[in-house]
Amino acid sequence: MKKLSSTLPNMVIVLTLTTVLAGFLLGLVNSVTEAPRQKVANDKRISSLQSVVAEFNNEPLAEAVKIEIAEGDSVVVYPTRIDGALTGAAIESVTHEGFSGDITLMVGFDLNGALIGYEVTKHAETPGLGSKMNEWFRGEGARNVIGLTPGTEGLKVTKDKGQVDAITAATISSRAFLDAINRAANAWNIYLTNNN
Amino acid sequence: MKFLKTIYNSAVVENPTFVLLLGMCPTLGTTSSAINGLSMGLATMLVLICSNCVISAIKNLVPDKVRIPVYIVVIATFVTLLQLLIQAYAPAIDESLGIFIPLIVVNCVLLGRAEAFASRHNVVDSMADGVGAGLGFTVALTLLGACREFLGTGSIATLQIFPESWGALLFVLAPGAFIMLGFLIAIYRSIKD
Repeated sequence: MKKLSSTLPNMVIVLTLTTVLAGFLLGLVNSVTEAPRQKVANDKRISSLQSVVAEFNNEPLAEAVKIEIAEGDSVVVYPTRIDGALTGAAIESVTHEGFSGDITLMVGFDLNGALIGYEVTKHAETPGLGSKMNEWFRGEGARNVIGLTPGTEGLKVTKDKGQVDAITAATISSRAFLDAINRAANAWNIYLTNNN
Repeated sequence: MKFLKTIYNSAVVENPTFVLLLGMCPTLGTTSSAINGLSMGLATMLVLICSNCVISAIKNLVPDKVRIPVYIVVIATFVTLLQLLIQAYAPAIDESLGIFIPLIVVNCVLLGRAEAFASRHNVVDSMADGVGAGLGFTVALTLLGACREFLGTGSIATLQIFPESWGALLFVLAPGAFIMLGFLIAIYRSIKD
């Protein structure tokens, strides 16, 4: 077959057809995969929730509450209960301070406000550096955040006169990580005040 | 036979990383460890094979003056489709590859192969070229990632060879990527000649 010549009508038709076809394909696959993607996201939420909190027998996803920590800025609290009595919560927190894009965390707190677990659920930090945060902050010594109580003051990296060792060569990611934790702690304090 | 020869040619003689020096941004950015390099290479290879086949199939329908935008649309569509499908049906792969997939759109290996090869050859040859260039890219990235990880952290994948504190952090960071890539290109060329 001979190659189509570069006349204006040819170019307009080909470009239009290509983009329409691409748009159609993307729309189709997007709608077909919508439900499975939603399910995967929910499963992930439940499994990360289970890994950051102590035992519970309610359905935290159904009891989710949005807590506003600043004007137009809110995080989601998933309260956990055993036989109706509040035992703590998993909090889905986002920070916009990341080195490249937002970082989403699931953070678990007990009734005293102590951090009992965390899980990084979404991030785009530098592979090999900032991306280590999911392991780093449960390691040995001053880098460990599990068991600390951020309270209203919040946690800080040692460089900022705080108590947590930052990831080597990834201070920005570490600050962002602690920012997400502090936001979660903040929301948990507000939730506890509102419900007492 | 010709199929294998094309693969060899695209992977070794015209290796995208060591000979053509294409796709430097993802090469330097994602090779901080062997596994990351391998993941990026495999994801790129998959898209490269698909886009090469389609571009070769439509090459006569695309007027010369608008070929670049058409190729870009084809490549971007494949990348997005791949991302949606992986998110929906292979969450485990999404965990490890997820952050690399959007980067493939801006990888000029794809556009380079589309322009230099797929737009001039038939579908089967273009597929062979996709496999070859993809393999060459994957091996190069894995090698670069392994060297940087070894010198920077003392381990390759999960195998710890010397203590992490002895590693030179430089090699995990961007400058180390340039230095390592330079050495690897020199070694590659001296072996090849």
